[in-house]
Amino acid sequence: MSGPLLAIRDLRVDFATEKGTVRALFGVSLSIDPGETVGLVGESGCGKSVTALSILRLLPSPPAIVRGGEILLRGENLLDLPEKRMCEVRGKAVSMIFQEPMTSLNPVLTVGEQVAEVFTAHRECGRREAAARAVSWLGKVRMPDPERRAREYPHQMSGGMRQRAMIATALALEPSLLIADEPTTALDVTIQAQIMALLQEMRERERMAVLLITHDLGVVHDFADRTAIMYLGRIVEIAPTKGLFSDPIHPYTQGLLASLPGKGTGTARLSSIPGAVPDLSSVPPGCPFADRCPYRQAALDRFRGGADSRDSLGICDREDPPLFEYAPGHFAACHYQRAMRGGGAS
Amino acid sequence: MSGGIRRPDAGGTLLALSNVYKAFPARKSFFSAEVVSVRAVDGVSIDVPRGKTLGLVGESGCGKTTLGRIAIRLLAPDAGTIRFEGLDITHLSGEALRLTRRRMQIIFQDPYSSLNPRMRVRDIVGEGWHVHGIARGKELRERAERLLVRVGLTAEAGGKYAHEFSGGQRQRIGIARAIALSPKLVVADEPVSALDVSVQAQILNLLKDLQEEYGMAYLFVSHDLRVIRHMSDQVAVMYLGKIMEHGPSAELFREPLHPYTRSLLSAVPMLGNAPQERIVLSGEIPSPTAPPPGCRFHTRCFMAQPVCAEVCPLLREAAPGRFASCHFVG
Ligand SMILES: Nc1ncnc2c1ncn2[C@@H]1O[C@H](COP(=O)(O)OP(=O)(O)OP(=O)(O)O)[C@@H](O)[C@H]1O
Ligand SMILES: Nc1ncnc2c1ncn2[C@@H]1O[C@H](COP(=O)(O)OP(=O)(O)O)[C@@H](O)[C@H]1O
Ligand code: SF4
Ligand code: SF4
Ligand SMILES: [Mg+2]
Ligand SMILES: [Mg+2]
Repeated sequence: MSGPLLAIRDLRVDFATEKGTVRALFGVSLSIDPGETVGLVGESGCGKSVTALSILRLLPSPPAIVRGGEILLRGENLLDLPEKRMCEVRGKAVSMIFQEPMTSLNPVLTVGEQVAEVFTAHRECGRREAAARAVSWLGKVRMPDPERRAREYPHQMSGGMRQRAMIATALALEPSLLIADEPTTALDVTIQAQIMALLQEMRERERMAVLLITHDLGVVHDFADRTAIMYLGRIVEIAPTKGLFSDPIHPYTQGLLASLPGKGTGTARLSSIPGAVPDLSSVPPGCPFADRCPYRQAALDRFRGGADSRDSLGICDREDPPLFEYAPGHFAACHYQRAMRGGGAS
Repeated sequence: MSGGIRRPDAGGTLLALSNVYKAFPARKSFFSAEVVSVRAVDGVSIDVPRGKTLGLVGESGCGKTTLGRIAIRLLAPDAGTIRFEGLDITHLSGEALRLTRRRMQIIFQDPYSSLNPRMRVRDIVGEGWHVHGIARGKELRERAERLLVRVGLTAEAGGKYAHEFSGGQRQRIGIARAIALSPKLVVADEPVSALDVSVQAQILNLLKDLQEEYGMAYLFVSHDLRVIRHMSDQVAVMYLGKIMEHGPSAELFREPLHPYTRSLLSAVPMLGNAPQERIVLSGEIPSPTAPPPGCRFHTRCFMAQPVCAEVCPLLREAAPGRFASCHFVG
């Protein structure tokens, strides 16, 4: 047993803003095995990008403050590494692609120069060879006419080509972990399919692990071995992807799956989650999903009715539920399910 | 004033666009001063049936928004005709256009920028009543509050400003504004694309309920095939300014005819094929400033033959009620 490639343990991140401290991550734990693809799904603002940027230590600080936890890469805590060592980790061991390639590609360098820079910055080889390797990588990511495109600037390219260029820079040093933050959200369906096919091919060829961040359940359904569902700075459910879709446990996951349109045409209403995602600056104590949860009332009644006399005040409103394991590798954080399904181990 | 001839029986068709064209001038590239034309809508004919939903789907820049704006005369077409309730409204102007516009409304993609930040919500919702002298003052206020409650907000919302609401709530305000004058046609241009997944379903349900209640027709524009499938009775698939396929939604999703529709459907995660069996199109979407000759889709089509680069296929009835524009379909 070689253990996980990456293990995030109880990561807590705050932002010090003008209006006070905003808690962004409330103790996130997540591990990724070598070669594994883990999906991270959640709605806008739930903390997906903050999690990703924490791994690479790219959060702006201030305002970001890491309050606790550890991020172990092959057992070594990235949070303790000196910045110099961290630079080696970035790109070489772990690299990242972003939703909008335009913001992370340098507008004044040609695409070829940017890929080549990855090699020279890490002193892999000289300039000449770097330029040649860059063209070869652009070819590997199926950039049409790579020699010519290497001499073009990002703004001369379509969104799909820019995303290819960014993938080339991210993969150039053959990292063991690729973090892909909404890699296809800004792209059209047919281009999205091209990019996902490319990522699929690359991860198989390079035997690379991927943290695939998206708000689209369809994307993780098709590509992730395991999937984590995030809500308001916590992972509320994590499971092998098949199990998550066939037996969602957390009420939020159930609601998300039931509200997906497209299973049929016609008159059927979609089931929907009431309310909206609350603001992180005003998260109440207790379960983060409580104000939208259909089971909360049931949970209240159950505890009040004496089935469990420990709690007459509403445990959902008071205690943030911990994750419990319901099936091998299938964890969810919900008081009600814990009481109903019983069992489980923490 | 240019009027039109009222057709005795519009045969259940509320809106009929025939052979509509629209081009915009654009600079050839970022650095160039040369002006070329973008053929945003390039000879499109579609019908929206009364009280039903026509879904318009396609990738970005294919002309959906332009077509939607032409449909309700927010934009004048370069050529073609627009008939609404049997009346030719292509060249309508002045008072006649104003009166027709009451019956056609639009909901925008971006609930953030489409609501006036300096107006109270009840005045946004009741603006049409005010303009058309239907209600003012206390009556406007009460009617606006009732409508806000109908779209899932509270009466108190009327006294607030748009920025005090979340994205989903703002879209509800936009919907209330659109239905205030009991329109016959509502163009919904990507109405849920900017919303969180868990809020999208609420808005889609609201749109369906309101359609049932008021009998409006929707021209529902989206790039999201799952949403289109859920909302539409009829579907039109657009590519580079042209309709590729068009027909009843259930049949189109069950058995797409056109190669472009087939590859689109196959690419939708979870709804289409498993990733390994996907039809992955090669190449990029060509620029609408220089659309390929012949069939617009031939540069990416997996079925293309030499003839496709030369001859533009016509939209033909390939099966009863189903239309496709491909040399090898039907
Ligand atoms: N630099 C910052 N200063 C203050 N707050 C921040 C900063 N960066 C992120 N946050 C807050 O942290 C929370 C999580 O943000 P994050 O970007 O991780 O969300 P996300 O899940 O990636 O959302 P999206 O789907 O919109 O990309 C948000 O409430 C956000 O406002
Ligand atoms: N006002 C305009 N001026 C110039 N070009 C425009 C204008 N509106 C749209 N276009 C161009 O017309 C094409 C179709 O645009 P649009 O109808 O907005 O597409 P969609 O809604 O399908 O994304 C695009 O190439 C777009 O850039
Ligand atoms: S802990 Fe309570 S409020 Fe939270 S998801 Fe479970 S039942 Fe709902
Ligand atoms: S006409 Fe030719 S290129 Fe066009 S869709 Fe049909 S087969 Fe493909
Ligand atoms: Mg993000
Ligand atoms: Mg548009």
